[in-house]
Amino acid sequence: MKTTKTKSFIGFLIPLGAVLLALAIGAVMLLSLGANPISGYATMFGAAFGSVEGFSETAVKSIPLLLVGVGICIAFRANVINIGGEGQMVMGALLSTSVALIFPSVPSLLLIPMVLLAGAIGGAFWGSIAGALKAYFNVSEILSTIMLNIVAVQFMNFLLRGVMIDPGELTRGTGIPQTMRLTENADLPILLEGMRMHLGVPIALFVAFGAYILLWRTAMGFRLRSVGYNPHASRYAGISVPRNVTAALAFRGAMAGIAGAILVFGSESHRMVTDGGSTGFTGSAGFNGIVVALLAGLHPLWSIPSALLFGGMLVGANALQRAAQVPSALIIALNGLIVVFVVSSEYFKQRSLQVGRVALSDDESTETQGKNNE
Amino acid sequence: MSDSFAVMIVVATIASGIRLATPFLLASLGEALGQRSGVLNLGVDGVMLLGAFSAYYTVLQTNNLYYGLLVGIVVGLASGIFYGFITLNLQAEQGVSGIGIYLFGLGMSDLLFQKFVGTPRPILPFMPLDIPVLSGLPIVGEMLFQHSIIVYIAFGLVPLMSFVLYRTTYGLNIRAIGENPEAADSLGVSVMATRYSAIIVGNGLAGLAGAALAIELGIFQQNLTNAMGFIAIALVYFGAWSPKGVMIGSLVFGMVQSIVLQCKTFGVIPRSASDLAAMAPAIITILALVIVAKRFKQPSALTKPYVRGG
Repeated sequence: MKTTKTKSFIGFLIPLGAVLLALAIGAVMLLSLGANPISGYATMFGAAFGSVEGFSETAVKSIPLLLVGVGICIAFRANVINIGGEGQMVMGALLSTSVALIFPSVPSLLLIPMVLLAGAIGGAFWGSIAGALKAYFNVSEILSTIMLNIVAVQFMNFLLRGVMIDPGELTRGTGIPQTMRLTENADLPILLEGMRMHLGVPIALFVAFGAYILLWRTAMGFRLRSVGYNPHASRYAGISVPRNVTAALAFRGAMAGIAGAILVFGSESHRMVTDGGSTGFTGSAGFNGIVVALLAGLHPLWSIPSALLFGGMLVGANALQRAAQVPSALIIALNGLIVVFVVSSEYFKQRSLQVGRVALSDDESTETQGKNNE
Repeated sequence: MSDSFAVMIVVATIASGIRLATPFLLASLGEALGQRSGVLNLGVDGVMLLGAFSAYYTVLQTNNLYYGLLVGIVVGLASGIFYGFITLNLQAEQGVSGIGIYLFGLGMSDLLFQKFVGTPRPILPFMPLDIPVLSGLPIVGEMLFQHSIIVYIAFGLVPLMSFVLYRTTYGLNIRAIGENPEAADSLGVSVMATRYSAIIVGNGLAGLAGAALAIELGIFQQNLTNAMGFIAIALVYFGAWSPKGVMIGSLVFGMVQSIVLQCKTFGVIPRSASDLAAMAPAIITILALVIVAKRFKQPSALTKPYVRGG
């Protein structure tokens, strides 16, 4: 029992060290940009966590990261490494926005669940395309999700410049590719008066708990994990690998799709807007969610603090830009470094676990051993 | 009269298709080399962005396009060393660490651009380099032999890389390591050194691709590549890991883009549908992947780290 604790402690400590290393490099970058790194980070984390307003902003920014991250936890556990979050968010948002445009007068109590469900369906549909391509045509899900991201973004541009555009944009002739102000019935209710915190935050937390239960308390979750751990043994045990791979991608898509819907209905403008690329709408959450999940050790509940950390960095980046004129793109670069370092830190984690493996007797030690022997 | 006009348009479309194919070709040749050795690099787009910015900035400072290309390559090579360390020494999951490189390149190039350039200033692209005699040929001359030097370099690399891959010991080593590193290792081929070299050269080509793009467009902006690097990765699968196949894929891609552009300028397709047309390459790639996945086999050791005695 004690060794298990030590082990999970190491499992937590090493990725954290990787994040700190990335932040240290960020400090050097700040220094070379002519900003004081200590006051820079103080500004960042102060803005993100130092006040109720700031934390409320951070929580809102964390929603898409958490949802995408939880989806990644499920997919990666089923050993479906995919990067389709961006496209799935876009498709979820498009379907949910369509629902709000078609049924503007449905009361909130019904419309909000409807748009969230539409988001989940849109994302799940987009994710399951990649799943089916993988399962039945053996197309690498990494590649198909890249392509589906591109298709989704162009589809969004097409719709927002065409049928879904705000009629006002056409009469004014400005032609900004965005929808009209969506029905107030679909607005996610603000939870704290005068702040940004809205219903999306508890929804995301609820989904994270749901994913935890799915993965470890249901037969479905067991099948997903077992397919990820050993597809051959699973097949032998009568578990359908193609079906579970598709299911994993559909779950992952559904969560990204909900994230897309929340981005629209929890936004300040209550519109869906495109800048022509993917990052304009998603803010790269489809990619950054991967970092969240990796740092959390692919655990849905650990994803919560992990998402808050990255959400806080996004909020802090804007504060830093205002205070020290450091472009907020710094944070995207830093997130990239964190991904690289956290993934690389797996090597040290495996090694440190291997050193102590003789002393361990629980099943997870054989798991690490098995991985190293591959 | 209308006939010669039609010919002119066709010639212009094909010529611009070749030009548009060039950055894809450079990047996907580099990616193909890495994948042949068994290493997947999803960070191409990020490396392209870094190469593009550094080339653009160098040209702004020195007014010398060749320095720009050179710096783009050097930045790519440096990224290659970094990626090699992560994936070979630390055996990081390649499907994910590449995304980290992509995000890093995306953020870093934008950061440097905002900090050191701010407002976009155009740079002059390469003048077309007319090949003597050949460029004077009717139709074919204008299509094939009146391009900038980068185009000739990129297409010249195709036979060169085919030769290296299929006719030299080094190429044999790369292919062997991509298929069966244990066997290659037992014959005394250094898996580590060979993979390092393939990744470094491959990333150098990605850096060159970014530099070529920035110089061709004469500008840099945030996310200049707009996922071109990801398409370059798909083209490697499209081209079934052979330099010739990759070239054909890049040309198809360039031509589709060029035709879409021409259709837009002549109003053949309405503006609103141009977004749909922009999906065409991605959809074609998915269909190609479905076909390729059945007929061609990827390098067996792709994405698998090699551990001696493992």
